[in-house]
Amino acid sequence: MDLTNQDVADILAALDSLPYDELDLQTPRFRLTLRRAPSGGWTEESQILADPTAITSAPNGASVASPQAQELAGAGGGAGAGRAGLVAVAAPLPGTFYRAPRPGAAPFVEVGDPVAEDTVVAIVETMKLMNSVHAGTRGRVAEICLGNAEPAAQGATLMWIAPET
Amino acid sequence: MSGRHGFRRVLVANRGEIAARVMRTCRRLGVETVLTVSDADAGSLPARLADATIRIGPAAAAASYLDVDAVVGAALAAGADAVHPGYGFLSENARLALACAAAGVVFIGPAVETLEATGDKLAAREHAIAAGLPVVPGGDVTDGAGATGLAARIGFPVLVKAAGGGGGRGLRVVREPAELDHAVAVASAEAAAAFGDPRVYLERYVSPGRHVEVQLLGDGERVIHLGDRDCSVQRRYQKLIEEAPAPLLSGALRDGLRGAAVALGRRLGYRGAGTVEFFVDTANEAFYFLEVNARIQVEHPVTEAITGLDLVAEQIAIAEGRPLRLAQGDVTFTGHAIECRVNAEDPGNGFMPSPGTVTNAVFPAGVRVDTHVQAGSTVPPNYDSLLAKVIAHGDERDAALARLRAALDQCEIGGVTTNLRMHQALLADAEFARGGVDTGYLQRMMVQGGARHG
Repeated sequence: MDLTNQDVADILAALDSLPYDELDLQTPRFRLTLRRAPSGGWTEESQILADPTAITSAPNGASVASPQAQELAGAGGGAGAGRAGLVAVAAPLPGTFYRAPRPGAAPFVEVGDPVAEDTVVAIVETMKLMNSVHAGTRGRVAEICLGNAEPAAQGATLMWIAPET
Repeated sequence: MSGRHGFRRVLVANRGEIAARVMRTCRRLGVETVLTVSDADAGSLPARLADATIRIGPAAAAASYLDVDAVVGAALAAGADAVHPGYGFLSENARLALACAAAGVVFIGPAVETLEATGDKLAAREHAIAAGLPVVPGGDVTDGAGATGLAARIGFPVLVKAAGGGGGRGLRVVREPAELDHAVAVASAEAAAAFGDPRVYLERYVSPGRHVEVQLLGDGERVIHLGDRDCSVQRRYQKLIEEAPAPLLSGALRDGLRGAAVALGRRLGYRGAGTVEFFVDTANEAFYFLEVNARIQVEHPVTEAITGLDLVAEQIAIAEGRPLRLAQGDVTFTGHAIECRVNAEDPGNGFMPSPGTVTNAVFPAGVRVDTHVQAGSTVPPNYDSLLAKVIAHGDERDAALARLRAALDQCEIGGVTTNLRMHQALLADAEFARGGVDTGYLQRMMVQGGARHG
């Protein structure tokens, strides 16, 4: 079942006449917490607890989606995994790693390319916003750790730069 | 499509708050829902609200929510009678509408020809001109040389727009003739990448002004309007606060906008719910056609609040082949409604997106909140940042505003950074309270710091 706005309004009307400041209702399917707000009125915190029902064995490759699969995708380890003499370029935000400014365009950099601190080496797209990633270090690109359009976790190492000595 | 009545099962081919909102109406109508989910959304609140979910691909939208074959395949696998595309993603995609028709599934939206006409901004502009709507001076650009002459004729600054763009995407302002060639080249390349269509066109950049739009409903024969909305509080052409009706318009201007929208809807033989967007120059009592959005819009709840209608239910009824259930005279407007878009982004840090996990989500009770988050929800980095829409309705604008202020004070979303405090600052601002702010308002507020930290 889903609670409609009218259901909640009816519950609130009943609660208003009672001396209680909080109603916490939990069933196997949902949890509803109503609290009297200090400024008057009520706040609502609701949670649907029931797991989704996935349709299985669809043709064309569609298949079961498990709730476990929903954790934020993100390849690449933390930037902490240092490498002797190399400096990591880390993802500023979780998102999708792009090596080129747009599909079909040449990559910003290849392994061996010289870079300055402010050289744009990649884009990480987060929530439709394109964030330029700068090398941060003067030197040469030693390794590119992710493939184009792969997901990157926050702080994931995108590239290694061999600093200019 | 005629004679087709009563959908039994609808595939909701979207995610986020609009998926939850569409399913709420389906549930009320006794229609079963199957929701398409990417791997990022398998455990989402909308997935839990759906009667069933069906996986259509990995988190990346290009391989899931934007994959026409995956969506049509899911509709067939789910045994759905119809597909509701929501907004964004494939909602205005003529290929999806065609593929649905070929598969014997109803696309809940306009006819393929309408989607083709409105999806091509240049074609839409031609239709608007033919229907007698005023348009901003401008025209097609084929190359840099053509652009220079055209820009000289219409005058700087000019706006470079992607013919395949829309919803504020694919726009670029050029203030100097020297910047034009580069801007056209970059805009064309970006448009080719983003929309698969490199064509761009120029329009005179008119500012400041207001963004006012008119909601239409049509059944392919008759077209009516459900009043206007003002969406002038924007950043980078993305709307943040919307209200209905648009405040402080003269009666003549309001009638002109509504009449123009209906005229365009009639010319298009519009079927379904759609919106005609206008740029309004209140100082000169003038308005110009911007574009048609051939889908349900994010801000539709403010129209629902003042008309008492359920726009998704009307979309479904029209898609079922029924004639419009309302005549223009049946549409009445009561009071004023305002909506705030609560996004996972940080206004204090350049609107930096803030994906993550929601730890708690408290909302005002008794006020309409359309949301897809609850405690434990993930906000993936793959999609837009909209978390919730808070909508307040009152007898008058001041009453709606007061109610919305109180409602926002009660909102509490933890785990991700939100723009709640920015909204509180805007709603407390005297200029916004007077009504009728222009599209430059938010930028001015941000520069002053008034809306940055609340």
